[in-house]
Amino acid sequence: MESRIVTRQGDGSAVSLTRSELRSELEEGTRAAAARARAPELLADELDHLLDIFASRARFSAVDIGDEVVLSFDGSGTPQQGSRVDALVQYEQCLGADTCELFHIDYSFKAVKTIVGSEQQAMKEAQERVTIPVHYGAQPDLGRYSHPDGPCGNWSELLPAMRIDEARAAQEQAIELAVKDMVHVAAEMYEAGADGINFDTAGAAGDADFLAALLAVERLRAKYPAMGIMVGMASEVVLGTHGQLEYCGTRLAGLKPEGQCCVVQDAGATIYGPAITVNTSRTVAWNVARALTFMKPCMDVARIPVHANVGMGVGGVPMNAFSPVDAVSRCSRACVDVLKVDGL
Amino acid sequence: MGSGDTFGMPIAHAVASGMNGLRAAGDLVARLEMAKGMRLTQAKRTVAEALGVGVADLADPLVMHEVRGELRLGRVFELETTYPHDPSPQEAKASIRALLGLG
Repeated sequence: MESRIVTRQGDGSAVSLTRSELRSELEEGTRAAAARARAPELLADELDHLLDIFASRARFSAVDIGDEVVLSFDGSGTPQQGSRVDALVQYEQCLGADTCELFHIDYSFKAVKTIVGSEQQAMKEAQERVTIPVHYGAQPDLGRYSHPDGPCGNWSELLPAMRIDEARAAQEQAIELAVKDMVHVAAEMYEAGADGINFDTAGAAGDADFLAALLAVERLRAKYPAMGIMVGMASEVVLGTHGQLEYCGTRLAGLKPEGQCCVVQDAGATIYGPAITVNTSRTVAWNVARALTFMKPCMDVARIPVHANVGMGVGGVPMNAFSPVDAVSRCSRACVDVLKVDGL
Repeated sequence: MGSGDTFGMPIAHAVASGMNGLRAAGDLVARLEMAKGMRLTQAKRTVAEALGVGVADLADPLVMHEVRGELRLGRVFELETTYPHDPSPQEAKASIRALLGLG
């Protein structure tokens, strides 16, 4: 009888599986992603390696010495660490962070626009106290531009009412406003010393949200040739809330990591971050195999660094604010070993 | 990377796969990825050549602690090992920009 190995569910809870069951989870995960993404399944040797990682009884797993990658730490800091800038210093001096990120808790460019002067002052202080690169991060957050929070029609209400043309027009209006805000905030933060701008969870509100981020990147790149620009995605497939939007001839609705990476780098970003969401009712092994299968095709088309999103609820990492390190470390290692990512 | 508590997310990832930041040369490699869109292999090679070390040394805190001190690139300190004459972050970043040819 096979012995059982402690592993994790997608919500972080512990579960015991046999080695054979873990292999089945990995095979089912890659098969599910391949069918959804129309991408190749992981190779046999890759699945074997993942099985070795997940069938280990060790509390922690890590890449081989020499295989380390750059970690872009978004959302750096928690209230226990003191002020936001104190937290960045701790990330540098105590946590071994390769980069860090100043951010406002609202994490929306639209919200930051009204307090950008204060954010610039915080960035100035951060640059005086921190040596590692400091990003400024926020989300495109297109939904904020719709009623009742913004001036545009609410496409989430218009679409179910089958008022398709109005929903599309509302999104197009929101794109113009969002691009203007993102370019304004990013430019101000860059001129206050930010080493890079992080457009986080791009596409969260669908293809219009993603297009707004791409247009902002394009305009910023034209204005600031040396600006670091990171675009992290919201999920594995861009939702077609508009359905007809294109960037340089590429339809955005339905884009998966390979296509997302192409338009992100064409727009002028310097780092692309794929995000593959977690199914909490499946195991971490299943989720990691699924995530890697989704992300693998983008590694071949990438001309810029790929930093896989491996925070709470993406990239196989459990959907839990207090994730167990046995699961997180396995996800971290799996991305590096199998995908050869440039960072996380 | 992503969100989560400090122990479970940034610390776990940093120990599992990170380049050690200012403890080694992770920030230098990161700067080339960010500013020039340089992929990891090339960025590591470029930093290693600029520092006069091997690529394998870039995440080694012992090697890099000495190199960073000599080149005044900034470094971490702790209670019993302080460096009052090390450069400020601004001076360190000026040295890093010159070393890596960043504008």
